[in-house]
Amino acid sequence: MSIPVLALATDHWYDLRDLANISDAILDGADKVLPFGIVYVLAALIGFVASFLIFVLPSQLYLGVYGERKIIGRIQSRYGPNRVGPFGLLQPIADAVKLLTKEALTPKESDRAVMYVAPIIFVMPAVLIFAVIPFGPRMVFANVPVSLLYFMAISSLPVIATFMAGWSANNKYSLFGAMRIVAMAISYEVPLVMALLGAVVVTSGAPYAGDFLNGLALQDMVLWSREFHIWVVFVQPLALVIYFICVSAELNRTPTDIAEAESEIVAGYLTEYSGMKWGLFYGMDIGYALGASAFAATVFLGGWTFFGLEKWVPPWMIFIGKTHLFYFLFIWTRGTLPRLRSDQLMAFAWKFLLPLALFNIFLVATERMIWSSQDYAKGLIYVFAVVNIAVSIAAVYGWARFLGYRPENTPVRPRLVKNAGGYIPVGSEANR
Amino acid sequence: MLYEYGHIGILVIIALVFPLGALVTSWAFQYVKIRPTSQPDPVRDDIYECGLRTEGPSLVQFNFRYYYIALLFVLFDVEVIFLFPWARVFDKVGWQGYFEGMAFIGILSLGILYAWRKRALEWKL
Repeated sequence: MSIPVLALATDHWYDLRDLANISDAILDGADKVLPFGIVYVLAALIGFVASFLIFVLPSQLYLGVYGERKIIGRIQSRYGPNRVGPFGLLQPIADAVKLLTKEALTPKESDRAVMYVAPIIFVMPAVLIFAVIPFGPRMVFANVPVSLLYFMAISSLPVIATFMAGWSANNKYSLFGAMRIVAMAISYEVPLVMALLGAVVVTSGAPYAGDFLNGLALQDMVLWSREFHIWVVFVQPLALVIYFICVSAELNRTPTDIAEAESEIVAGYLTEYSGMKWGLFYGMDIGYALGASAFAATVFLGGWTFFGLEKWVPPWMIFIGKTHLFYFLFIWTRGTLPRLRSDQLMAFAWKFLLPLALFNIFLVATERMIWSSQDYAKGLIYVFAVVNIAVSIAAVYGWARFLGYRPENTPVRPRLVKNAGGYIPVGSEANR
Repeated sequence: MLYEYGHIGILVIIALVFPLGALVTSWAFQYVKIRPTSQPDPVRDDIYECGLRTEGPSLVQFNFRYYYIALLFVLFDVEVIFLFPWARVFDKVGWQGYFEGMAFIGILSLGILYAWRKRALEWKL
């Protein structure tokens, strides 16, 4: 592997700034007494345990289940979970126990085998996407050279599982939900991939300490932002916006959750699911959202780097902080925005996001050619950042106006009832 | 390099064991009297449709416009696969490769414009 590995910390096993030291110490010890095959499997197990015990499981339980419900509760002016344990902190565990002990109903006419296989297929990619996320300079479970493509391939698999779930239940609502989710996921896949292409164009082939970066490996994108002291989001603001909207559509988060819209189709593809089968779907929705946040933090927000701070603070802590910050955006949009209509969502993907994504590629490719003809001058990328932010805002506004968005024509909604001429006293003339 | 892919292979096994374990645990709980045993019941085994018995077949027809969306998706996703190698070797292809890539994206844009004009993106005719 030609990826330059940087030693940020010392290589003592007790140096917590890089947890790979501990696993290296364990594996070196094991290498002396055990055969290669067992050490190989052991390395994978250590990586799994480390990434899941440090990052995924705590985040999933306490940000995904508890934090999300608590924050949405506060947004909607209620308390959220506050009964089980102090501040309701034991709520995720209570939920898990409840789901495990619930009766699992399966309708008689459903396709039982497919119905049980669907949650398993849904869970597997959620675990697999964390394999390529770099938590730190050396803390990658599998440092695959095409990890960006790997991530995109794996993260589009759950659509199949959701369609299996909708089809096997033998229920009209399930089928409608499944069709909607497939149509929406494939519509939003296209602008999503185009947006990521912009990030690849910026980072690939740029020099890193005399060597040239791969650009399709996530670790290289992090190294790029470390080398040029700028995050990809500043050069690609439009790409991050498109990525965020597309991912929240693919994950069925609330502004776009037409596939399980309670007011239209009972629970969409989950109508016939109950007990632990439903719990797997619910838990792994959070897993996917976390994976998407971790991916966004890696590609757009500079991963484990923070302008030199990563030498003092453990890089994995910076990474976890960024991931949770991005996940908070998901929770915020979920708590704030109302649900959109199905045809509006499709039109939004094809007519608004896709042309903008194509424009973004054109813009960034032109800049990248100028940049490489200037021999990768470090100052030039900051100029591009300023230009891109201005052009992105202009492009979004201009394209929206072209499609018929007229902010000056929409009536201003009064913020208070009083401004609308409200508060008519009971028993007055106007009230009769 | 293959060393890394082998780790992913081991992770696939772990990822398979995890949901299976959850389902099997939940299933096993009904034999240790933690979970109630499912009693057969004609109403409960029926599919859920807001409380009424279901009418007709459940796998009903759906809107043909989904096929338009699927066709457009196949078109664009295949083109994206060609664009990723182009982005990867961007520094080596020079201005010539840049203009070729732009022409490719231009033809792609013509495709979406054609679909737009033909009202393939509308949900009402």
